[in-house]
Amino acid sequence: MNYLDFEKPIIELEKKITELSELNISDDDVLTPEIERLRNRVIELRKSIFSNLTHWQRVQLARHPDRPYTLDYIYKIMENFIELHGDRCYSDDKAIVGGFATFKGQSVMVIGHQKGRDTKSRKYRNFGMPNPDGYRKALRLMKSAEKFNIPIITMLDTPGAFPGLEAEERGQAEAIAKNLREMALLTVPIVTIVIGEGASGGALGIGMGNEVYMMENTWYSVISPESCSSILWKTWDYKEQAARALKLSAPDLLELNVIDGIIKEPLGGAHRDYNAAAQELSGQISESLKRLVKKKPEQLKLERIEKYSSMGAWKDTKKKS
Amino acid sequence: MNEEDYDMSWFERKHSNIVTTSPKEMPEGIWVKVPSTGETVHRRELEENCWVDPASGYHFAIGSGDYFSLLFDEDEYEELGQHIQPEDPLAFKDRKKYAERLKEMQEKTGLSDAVRVGTGKMRNMDIVLACMDFRFIGGSMGSVVGERIGLAIDHARENKKPLIIISQSGGARMMESVLSLMQMAKTSAKLGQLHEAKIPYISVLTNPTTGGVTASFAMLGDFNVGEPGALIGFAGPRVIRQTIGRDLPEGFQTSEYLLEHGFLDFIVPRNKMRNRLARLLKILNHGYRKTK
Repeated sequence: MNYLDFEKPIIELEKKITELSELNISDDDVLTPEIERLRNRVIELRKSIFSNLTHWQRVQLARHPDRPYTLDYIYKIMENFIELHGDRCYSDDKAIVGGFATFKGQSVMVIGHQKGRDTKSRKYRNFGMPNPDGYRKALRLMKSAEKFNIPIITMLDTPGAFPGLEAEERGQAEAIAKNLREMALLTVPIVTIVIGEGASGGALGIGMGNEVYMMENTWYSVISPESCSSILWKTWDYKEQAARALKLSAPDLLELNVIDGIIKEPLGGAHRDYNAAAQELSGQISESLKRLVKKKPEQLKLERIEKYSSMGAWKDTKKKS
Repeated sequence: MNEEDYDMSWFERKHSNIVTTSPKEMPEGIWVKVPSTGETVHRRELEENCWVDPASGYHFAIGSGDYFSLLFDEDEYEELGQHIQPEDPLAFKDRKKYAERLKEMQEKTGLSDAVRVGTGKMRNMDIVLACMDFRFIGGSMGSVVGERIGLAIDHARENKKPLIIISQSGGARMMESVLSLMQMAKTSAKLGQLHEAKIPYISVLTNPTTGGVTASFAMLGDFNVGEPGALIGFAGPRVIRQTIGRDLPEGFQTSEYLLEHGFLDFIVPRNKMRNRLARLLKILNHGYRKTK
């Protein structure tokens, strides 16, 4: 089992409980209350740790190797998923998956970054870092959804667009830029959820939803805390300060009016209970779709453009404050 | 954002009668050293040649004021968007407070942020011109840059004037975190509207154009045009080198490289820019006016 430093006390207690439960002692009178006591202690501990998470701890949770990824959620909350491959230009990028599916009886196009779980699959998925081909595949699928008047769900979970030689050669910047422009103009609903890491343009490249949500333990920022530290502090050592300064947590983004809401995760994080996490996610998607499918195509497009046009913070010296 | 310097040389030159000077951003002294060759050149010679070294074709960095003089007829234009001024929404602090950094930059450069927008005539055609300034926090895009570029796009669309954006930027501005990221979304969404309104947009990429600026408005021109030898890319060369663990090919991420790989329409030396862009717009003009 994988666990983070700050999860360690919880994991140790849980181990103890398992050990005690597995002891073949017939004297239940002694053991049961002890196990009960430990179980309560675990709940208390979890509550206290998870109600005071630092920005950096949220980043760590968002990267937890046991965390559910796009395909996990798709299989939990959707049916009839038909994965569609390739950008029709160059390749099929494995770091972005997508396809049509049924969600509570409604046809949807679902697209998301995909990470791998073990060494082999991590490499296969390029650690969730798409090449331009991934963004072009995503756009192709979105256009297909628009053609058939089907809403789009996108799930963001990437440490960034891949900074490789071929990625530059094939136009990483152009691919992302084009996605931003074309997504803005789509006439079907788009619901976007940050399910893990929302690293910069690599995340935004499939993230221009009419409504955007973040799972509770995720991050979304213009740069990773590590890279920010290396550029602004000239060393990698200030990642915790950088995480704090970047205000990259879900509550921060809600306050900055960049997202529309936060999706609750089970206590201890989504990785501790896939079903509970998936259920919360499903609830939000369903609520958003209900609202968005009522809107006319032009309205969806215009509202999306207006949403992003209003973002940012500046002083308007023409306005009297 | 990345902080890389690139020196490249190329070979094209032509005298132009447009004189551009901006003492603040230029090296001091009568003799100026050309970084790519190590040779020295007389300051006046550079000034008369749009800060392009006549011998090697090296393009010295110039700012928005110089580009305005270069492109607008008689250097006449109306400036837009100066009512949009930066603030520090996150109370960001690294080794220095962002609020202090802004103030220092403003004092040092005389600019209020990293882009200026003007509207005026180029060869007698109405245009909207937005030009970035690398001197201002690496030409990084924060809320003000996004909002002013957005204003330029809206103005072009509403008044049916062609849009030219000259980019020079290290990318998004970290000190505004996700708000600066969203400026990519804003500028691209507005360019979508401009695109649908069929108003021409020329993107001029100068040295350097990287990160979030390349991955939004700079790559979205109907025409993407590079200055010779400019560094243009998404990720910075150092990051790529670290990622792939080997040296990068010569000329990687230069204008010439992008042209070769299909991402630029053409490369134009600075001293020919005005004529070339005007000629292009004139051709378009004849098309779209007639079809209306």
